[in-house]
Amino acid sequence: MTTSRKGLRASTPILLAGVLAGVFAAGCTSAPKQPPEPVAPQPQPAAPTTTVPLEPPRPVYAGPWEDPSNPLYQRTIYFDYDTAEIKPEYLPVLRTHARYLGTNTGVKATLEGNTDERGTREYNLALGDQRAESVRRLMIADGVPPNQLSTLSYGEERPANPGHSEQAWRLNRRVVIQY
Amino acid sequence: MPRHQRRTSILLTFAVVLFGFGLGFGAGPAQARLNIEVTGGVEAAQPIAVVPFGVSDGLIPPVDIAAVISADLARTGRFRPMPTRDMLDMPARHEDVDLRDWSLLGMNNLVIGRVEADGNGYRVSFILYDVFRGDQLASSTIVSTKAGMRNTAHRISDIIYQKLTGQRGVAATRIAYVTATGQGEGQTVTLRVADADGYNPQTIVSSGEPIMSPAWSPDGRRIAYVSFENKRAAIYVQELASGRRELVASHPGINGSPAFSPDGRKLAMTLSKDGNPDIYVLDLTSRELVRLTDHFAIDTEPSWSPDGQQIIFTSDRGGSPQIYRMGSGGGPAQRISSEGDYNARASYAPDGRSIVLVTRVNGMFRIGVIDLDRGFMRLLSNGSLDESPSFAPNASMVIYATIHGGRGVLAAASIDGGGNQRLSQDSGEVREPAWSPYIE
Repeated sequence: MTTSRKGLRASTPILLAGVLAGVFAAGCTSAPKQPPEPVAPQPQPAAPTTTVPLEPPRPVYAGPWEDPSNPLYQRTIYFDYDTAEIKPEYLPVLRTHARYLGTNTGVKATLEGNTDERGTREYNLALGDQRAESVRRLMIADGVPPNQLSTLSYGEERPANPGHSEQAWRLNRRVVIQY
Repeated sequence: MPRHQRRTSILLTFAVVLFGFGLGFGAGPAQARLNIEVTGGVEAAQPIAVVPFGVSDGLIPPVDIAAVISADLARTGRFRPMPTRDMLDMPARHEDVDLRDWSLLGMNNLVIGRVEADGNGYRVSFILYDVFRGDQLASSTIVSTKAGMRNTAHRISDIIYQKLTGQRGVAATRIAYVTATGQGEGQTVTLRVADADGYNPQTIVSSGEPIMSPAWSPDGRRIAYVSFENKRAAIYVQELASGRRELVASHPGINGSPAFSPDGRKLAMTLSKDGNPDIYVLDLTSRELVRLTDHFAIDTEPSWSPDGQQIIFTSDRGGSPQIYRMGSGGGPAQRISSEGDYNARASYAPDGRSIVLVTRVNGMFRIGVIDLDRGFMRLLSNGSLDESPSFAPNASMVIYATIHGGRGVLAAASIDGGGNQRLSQDSGEVREPAWSPYIE
């Protein structure tokens, strides 16, 4: 187990990106959801009402990544079109998270890969997977035990911005680190 | 969570919502109906008169059979049905027909018919005439339940279409599609199946999480799809008549692009469980999973040739997404798309001689058809973000997703440049259409 990592190299982009990340605050919290509804086509006779248990209420403070003054607050990195290559400017952010995970071995993170809407949905699902996988490999190389990391691609299905412009697209080509 | 446990919890969820569903479904499938507009390309269409069907005294059929037939024929782009208001006479029996009148009105063909009571249902009979030659080209009587009357009308449309064009009709087929309302956390995504004219929409599955990539089984009885309902992608196969479904793929990473083999026994899919998106084939009976591609690039969107011998798929192994072909047991792959820097999501035409795909032209994503014998590509659409093309089972049309007025809608284009259609919902987005096979 790695206990000390190389020093955090930069903190300047974090402030800027923290502001950006605020835009996604809504997308980063998870509220109780309705359960999925597989449905038979034939209308069913009246059935007894079934109570679906709600998820337990989420604690107000889940971890340091929710504190805007903490470097872990920036949990989103962005990509160029049709590539899973990590831009050098995001390496410090990923190293910050890698160091945190490396020293907090009970914490798990899901790397959520996303794309913009251009191109086909299934190709984008694969591209989102490759983006998440790029981040995963980099973090493992930085010392994070693989069992603390999982990946999830949403492809183009979960845009941060639903618009059809480059402005929206650049915000949608992203990997979000979810604790 | 161990696999058997996960499966049990999914089954439990399924049972719970099946019971609860009576409440949600009654809320209003009517508003959710697809509206279809015919958007041009009908100048070469043939004039035909479908006379309102005669009805026995006191009988009120639930469906205007002639109106449904006229709409079916108009949607093909190959016929121009006469408006009822222009008809001088409305015969319902052969002895009342004077073909010279219809000839003077410029009609090539005439359809008359009758609806009579038959127990709790109806007996629907019709005659199709060649106006110039004075022949009866087809006549038939179909016994129908009340609920089956629209389908009976579609079947008559298909008999007429086949008699006049020599090609099997698709009025009695269905379309699967995904709708989405709301954004982000408030989003509801629903997989539906409707008749080819947009009527009788049925909800297959509904979720707050994404649902993708519906694919029909070759017998039209099952649909495979990707659902994120457990916060990760998984592939399900659901039987339409019973609503029963089975989880068939839930590996780490993506589980996507399901495609039934032509014999319905296997499902091709994309999995990234081994570190990278690759094509696999799952035997639905034995559960044997075979990996067909092993490349560090993206391999996805498999589609079987109609004879089951080949699989085409999208790969960016050459630096940009292109279409490749390999044997359905795997082996070396050859690139088959030659033009353009983005070609994806190809699928075979029912005759196996062409493929339809998404291609990028000057930054616009459009629907193209590649003739496999001659190698050239023809564009079928002119939008900027067109995707998810799917052939009708008679290969006459391709349905695809497009954006109209800033909103996701479906469009259908004739392969021969005939009619086009736009299919939309009153609210929300419609996307990922999949045209069913013929349904017996």
